[in-house]
Amino acid sequence: MKTTKAKKNFWLGSGLTYGMVIVAYILVEIALKTGHMSSLMEGLLVPLCTYSILAVSLNLVVGISGELSLGHAGFMCVGAFSGALFSKIMKGSIDPTVSLIIAILIGAAVAAVFGILIGIPVLRLRGDYLAIVTLAFGEIIKNIINAIYLGRDANGFHFSMKSEIELGLGEGGETLIKGAQGITGTPQASTFTIGVILLLITLFIVINLVNSRTGRAIMAIRDNRIAAESIGLNVTKYKLLAFSVSAALAGVAGVLYAHNLTTLAALPKNFGYNQSIMILVFVVLGGIGNIRGSVIAAVVLTLLPELLRGLNNYRMLIYAIVLIALMLFNSSPKAIEIRERIAESFKQKRQAKKEA
Amino acid sequence: MAVMLEVKNLSISFGGLKAVDGFDVTIEKGQLYGLIGPNGAGKTTVFNLLTGVYKPDTGSIVLDGKNITGKKTIEINQDGIARTFQNIRLFKELTVLENVKAGLHNHFKYSSLTGILRLPKYYQTEKAMDEKAMELLKVFDLDKESHYKAANLPYGKQRKLEIARALATEPKLLLLDEPAAGMNPNETAELMDTIRFVRKEFNMTILLIEHDMKLVSGICEKLTVLNFGQVLATGDTSDVLNDPQVITAYLGE
Amino acid sequence: MSFMSYLISGISLGSVYAIIALGYTMVYGIAKMLNFAHGDIIMVGGYVVFITVSTMGLPPAVGILAAVVICTILGVTVERVAYRPLRDASPLAVLITAIGVSYLLQNLALLLFGADTKSFTSVITMEPLKLAGGQLIISGETIVTILSGIVVMVCLTLFINKTKTGQAMLAVSEDRGAATLMGINVNKTISVTFAIGSALAAVAAVLYCSAYPALTSQTGAMPGIKAFVAAVFGGIGSIPGAMIGGILLGVIENLSKAYISSQLSDAIVFSVLIIVLLVRPTGIMGRKISEKV
Repeated sequence: MKTTKAKKNFWLGSGLTYGMVIVAYILVEIALKTGHMSSLMEGLLVPLCTYSILAVSLNLVVGISGELSLGHAGFMCVGAFSGALFSKIMKGSIDPTVSLIIAILIGAAVAAVFGILIGIPVLRLRGDYLAIVTLAFGEIIKNIINAIYLGRDANGFHFSMKSEIELGLGEGGETLIKGAQGITGTPQASTFTIGVILLLITLFIVINLVNSRTGRAIMAIRDNRIAAESIGLNVTKYKLLAFSVSAALAGVAGVLYAHNLTTLAALPKNFGYNQSIMILVFVVLGGIGNIRGSVIAAVVLTLLPELLRGLNNYRMLIYAIVLIALMLFNSSPKAIEIRERIAESFKQKRQAKKEA
Repeated sequence: MAVMLEVKNLSISFGGLKAVDGFDVTIEKGQLYGLIGPNGAGKTTVFNLLTGVYKPDTGSIVLDGKNITGKKTIEINQDGIARTFQNIRLFKELTVLENVKAGLHNHFKYSSLTGILRLPKYYQTEKAMDEKAMELLKVFDLDKESHYKAANLPYGKQRKLEIARALATEPKLLLLDEPAAGMNPNETAELMDTIRFVRKEFNMTILLIEHDMKLVSGICEKLTVLNFGQVLATGDTSDVLNDPQVITAYLGE
Repeated sequence: MSFMSYLISGISLGSVYAIIALGYTMVYGIAKMLNFAHGDIIMVGGYVVFITVSTMGLPPAVGILAAVVICTILGVTVERVAYRPLRDASPLAVLITAIGVSYLLQNLALLLFGADTKSFTSVITMEPLKLAGGQLIISGETIVTILSGIVVMVCLTLFINKTKTGQAMLAVSEDRGAATLMGINVNKTISVTFAIGSALAAVAAVLYCSAYPALTSQTGAMPGIKAFVAAVFGGIGSIPGAMIGGILLGVIENLSKAYISSQLSDAIVFSVLIIVLLVRPTGIMGRKISEKV
């Protein structure tokens, strides 16, 4: 029966994705143990996992649910700050690994809550309007976090949106979040191994969700909302589900990111719309809806500027040109036609050979 | 015979234009009922009102004794109305099988978490869904194409798949919007057999919009003719088709 | 009095947003794409004026003219090379390409002009206007900006409504297929749209940089994104919408900076956008879109 074939394809496809990550992990670990890895590359390992998780999670919204979201970095930001705050509060009182695990769960939960709160109004909008509103939400989150001051002393927590002095901390008090300067002294608990495990968990969640009753409903709604309603699919529920799961996973990436730094601040560079767009670029270049492609694109595009480091000032320029060229090659109707014609002529040649 | 659908005084207007005006219809259980009329008469609007795409300005819709007036599309589907669309609306990127399984969504349930964790219930339910979906696809002779992407099916088969998907929701009343549009005479003849078969096999009540008079006169027992949003005639198929008023509406003065 | 002064400078900032937003909205209406690189055209315009006026010592008028010419050529070239091949591709592919173009322009500028901030000398030499016995001082930049905004809006409205090219633009934005059948050269019309949008960006560059003189390769990014918000705010695709949206945005931004919090002003601007879109999902002047079933 054909269904067994489909099932086999599924296992083959997802197996390949997990396998790819695991093989890459083993290779990197060997290189690390044998000292074949430059410190520069070593520093990139955790970011690679972070960006892969972000790309896979955004693909759930953009590729599977079919909504253009430009605020993914906002969810990452929320996760990063809530996770880092927990770790900072708990620093020294519990085991760092346990603390990190709890921080990850907290980051995911807080980001999911934000995903639901933002998703409810936003998902009523369509297309470009949804894109701009998610962008706006991302910027709002970044902006507000930059204005938050939080401190702790013997009397408990103090909160202000104005300045550190306004906190009015008592003696021995400690500022936890310092406005635009963010959180300093987060334990650097993120490791490559933890990053890879989180990536595998993300892949497991997204791949299994997509290939289930829920995923089918999400994709049906993406393909034709009106038909989906006509067969009794709850459009709001499934769009919101995809959006909040995606937000939660972005939150996880944020926690991983935060625990890789000594200072966590909400800058335009790391949590602004540019970051959201960067993640979208991974998703689009990896293939919309293609989970494995997201991981590959995130890794290649994060490494590319580093590999081009020898070219110094030209590297970002080349990066931009590569991006434009790839898009033209991938998506322009003319390029597609030329590619198909070449493929066709190959096929004919092979056919001719066979006949001869 | 018991009544399946009772519609009274259904009206809706768009910016001053009365698209449907005082529409009444009574369909008995197991009936094959036709809704005909010239282009722009408001036939599809009636379907959109019945399925909750539009909310009626006035009137009531009672399905199998239950008032469904003003309900949402998904509630109406769960209450028992499923439809197809004039301009085919399939889930293009999904396979033929998945299209039907999407239709089974509310009858075979497991939670998202069960799906993510691949608990035994996931495998059991998916297997049952596969079997049920394949059964339906066989009825429409689509079982060999089950793994095709829906968008890659030939036109006639896409129409059939839409019917299969609608039936998967286990409706009491099936609405078909121009099922024979774009089909050649052979395909239409085959479709007529399929519709008859569906009625018998699933004990289905069917309301269909159609322009193909051969199909209408061949399978419909009763007809309602709509013209400029109003009911022009209603009754047994042969009587209605011989009504001079109806002939005028179709052929013009 | 201070309220008046905040309000007026808000209108001035809003006029700049409006001029940029016009470029966004016209391109969106006609080519159905979000031109993310539009803000970077502003940055290029800023550098052209800087080089011609500050470095080469040419008169400001020459500098402005040079900026308009170079930005126009740049806009049309970008459309021809990067966007036209993707005319029938998915909107997402075009969006990513536009992002690529944005990176390209920014990094090209970084390479050519270096990473240091250039101090832009205002090309506007008008004396400030003193009102209410010197209590309300309006700078020359503010006056010129508001006047330029009005001139641009009037000219553009006349152009769209009175000329054949303008009507062609309306036709293409309404229905590209039908416009083609009516004998309108769609490619040419889209090129003209990009030309106008980019020329307006050059004007905006002069005004923006005169008011905010720090020039870097990132200069165009934030006004670009704000103007984009303004365009959506007013109803993207609508020309009066872009004007209203731009001015409202400038006023809201300035007043919230003055009275609420300068740190949170961006958050407030974006929140207003969200509230407007939730009430009117296609913006203030946007048309309602509904899908035919």
